[in-house]
Amino acid sequence: MTIRLLPHPILTPLLTLIWLLLVNSAAPGQILLGLLLGWLIPLFTLRFWPDRVPIHQPLTLLRFLFLLIYDILVANVIVAFRILLGPKHVQPAFVVVPLDLRSDLGISLLANTICLTPGTVSAWLSPDRRTLVVHGLDVRDPEALVTTIKRRYETPLLKVFEPC
Amino acid sequence: MLDILLSVLILTGAIFTFIGSLGLARLRDFYTRLHGPTKATTLGVGSLLIASMIHFSAQGEGVSLHEILVTLFLFITAPVSAHLLSKAALHRRVESQAQVPAQIEEAETQTHFAAPTVDRL
Repeated sequence: MTIRLLPHPILTPLLTLIWLLLVNSAAPGQILLGLLLGWLIPLFTLRFWPDRVPIHQPLTLLRFLFLLIYDILVANVIVAFRILLGPKHVQPAFVVVPLDLRSDLGISLLANTICLTPGTVSAWLSPDRRTLVVHGLDVRDPEALVTTIKRRYETPLLKVFEPC
Repeated sequence: MLDILLSVLILTGAIFTFIGSLGLARLRDFYTRLHGPTKATTLGVGSLLIASMIHFSAQGEGVSLHEILVTLFLFITAPVSAHLLSKAALHRRVESQAQVPAQIEEAETQTHFAAPTVDRL
């Protein structure tokens, strides 16, 4: 019963929050409207994501987000310097990252993370979803980059979305 | 005091956005150019948005939190477009400074479609 009435328990408060930010107010009427939207939208878009999203270690997810923000800040400055130094000082390369993540959500989050941290863009996912090809702006040591991505980003995502 | 903080934030944002677009002009191939603009959005636009948030919250009329949403949507959409651009480029075999892994070449050959011919007027 709860599954049919409330298919995505996490999505509802999230959508309510987005609605409140959108109208920029926290009046009781808006909260009510937000809750209504948060309840109805998952119901109408149920076919788009039929599976419930499991989040196993919320704290790990939170720590991952802070790590991500920190990495974005640091790496942004590095990329800015690389660009200023000029094209002779970059060493672009493709690196192949073997994936341990299996779920679609996990893989897309990892790909997004890689794109957000400056210096790397996730360029290509193999059709069997086992490897992700990443283009790095300045790669001196491809293997180190792969281990960094795997240890820093993939491990926490594995813990949160696929704990077995 | 607030003005100084705001100016610093706006200047940082402008500088990083500028460097991002500079990268677009200066770097040599499609894939490295992709890095410039996708990066500028994160720190450049990020600090501009924080400045906007502080400015409008200080004006009275309550706290302004629209900007969090802008950041959120930007962080969701920017990587997706970057990924799609590079995927399309790999499919079309856009020239690259870096060696394209053999794996991609192989997979893209199997699903190769003829490039559409451009009609000239």
